[in-house]
Amino acid sequence: MSKILLHGTEAICEGAIRNGCRAFFGYPITPQNEVPEYMSVKMPQLGGVFVQAESEVAAINMVYGAAGAGVRAMTSSSSPGVSLKQEGISYIACARIPCVVVNIMRAGPGLGGILPAQGDYFQATKGGGHGDYHLIVLAPSSVQEACDLTYAAFDLSDKYRVPCMILADGMIGQLMEPVELPPLRPLSDIPEKKWATSGHYGKERRVLNSLIIKPEELEPHVNELQRTYDEIYANERKSVSYLTEDAEIVLTAYGTVARIVKSAVNELRRQGIKAGCIRPVTLYPFPDEAFAACAARDCTKAFLSVELSLGQMVEDVRLAVNGKKPVYFYGRTGGNVPEEGEIVEAAKKFLQQAEEVK
Amino acid sequence: MVRILLAGQGGQGVLSAGRFLAESGLHEGKEVSYLPAYGPEMRGGTANCSVIISEEEIASPLCNTPDVLIALNAPSFHKFAPRVKSGGIIIVNGSISDSYAGRQDVTVYDVPMADLAIEAGDRRAANMVALAVLVCATGLVKERSIINCLHEKFVSKPGICETNERAFLAGKKFFEGLK
Repeated sequence: MSKILLHGTEAICEGAIRNGCRAFFGYPITPQNEVPEYMSVKMPQLGGVFVQAESEVAAINMVYGAAGAGVRAMTSSSSPGVSLKQEGISYIACARIPCVVVNIMRAGPGLGGILPAQGDYFQATKGGGHGDYHLIVLAPSSVQEACDLTYAAFDLSDKYRVPCMILADGMIGQLMEPVELPPLRPLSDIPEKKWATSGHYGKERRVLNSLIIKPEELEPHVNELQRTYDEIYANERKSVSYLTEDAEIVLTAYGTVARIVKSAVNELRRQGIKAGCIRPVTLYPFPDEAFAACAARDCTKAFLSVELSLGQMVEDVRLAVNGKKPVYFYGRTGGNVPEEGEIVEAAKKFLQQAEEVK
Repeated sequence: MVRILLAGQGGQGVLSAGRFLAESGLHEGKEVSYLPAYGPEMRGGTANCSVIISEEEIASPLCNTPDVLIALNAPSFHKFAPRVKSGGIIIVNGSISDSYAGRQDVTVYDVPMADLAIEAGDRRAANMVALAVLVCATGLVKERSIINCLHEKFVSKPGICETNERAFLAGKKFFEGLK
């Protein structure tokens, strides 16, 4: 199939639609309004459901209902809106209902600004809502990946009965790139959900609930959730390493920033500095093995995490590197995006610092 | 890899011209990316977009130091001209902007885009004049690809399509006249 030029937001929608998403609930917020706009046209055409809810809180609870009935459902928002959804996400996680939540991150905190940022890493990967739970968090860095990861998110979410988040920055949302779309998957091809509250019709009684009031019932339930997260950790960690085998400094970034970092790595190599980079594709589970492998190499002297935040993913990098090598941080906030040259200079500075520490 | 920054006033067709360019590159089998500046912009405000056309995979989609700047008005010309890569090209709308970049290391094409567009039938087709000069000066994509995109886009508006095509040809003729 030939490639077509799509916005990141449209690619996310197509990834969802082509893997059976037939219910979308949202509330407008920049910079992701193209997602509900696109879905409002496509869902009715495919016999699906589109609702512009009265609020983000309503939208996530509509996802709870539709996905609980076994339909592949999605909602999307941007940072402040995703904060509003957290209560619902926690309920969905406890009730073990698969669904997809898209966060096209904008600059925060508060209402912040509408330009790209990555300040929601903690919220996405460490829980976000209350209680012991995790989401599977995927971070696309190209428009093609925005489509492919959203497609994959529905299968992952169904497989583990864990909600899945697509964590993208505002740049991915607006970027247009060629995309090869996967074929439209027939709904009959999607495995039946034996737990879905899809009507009694002679079936056994099914209940989806997040209120488990007896401690002797809640503890095993939470432990079972943790066993699922352990399984996800074992099976689903994913990252892309570039020129790390002989790297003196290993840079890391996710989303669109990872592409600027890759350009910076090429420039550093051109200047004779052995640089490489790791791009986490899954943010939860964090691909720690890729970092541990680099930390174990004698040639690698330092790590540098580059983010559109004040330093969030860098904490997971430090856990993965486990004190074996120094881990540095360079970030921009407020909607500013670092230029390739800034990253090159930061890498040189920190590499020198690491050598002096030695 | 060629990085092009298109900038101007909202409503001048900066984003459409970027789209045509990216679509043309894609039709010719090249790697392309198109990144509009996404702010609270509206008609009358500023608009710009970054287009990259490459034979290889595109890493960073940003154009902080473009190889080519297309400036459709004076403020964007003065804002972005200092950022153009040494040896690069600036195509500026001479009808409504001066063309003094204050540097010797870039080639400046001073094109009366608005005048040529008005002659072609619509002031709003200045973006097509600019694209024609870009195509002639760099050979980045084929003239045919741009015209095909134009036909595709305005399939239900043949009048607009014709005007834009005339503006494109006017730009081409202007460039040929420079030799």
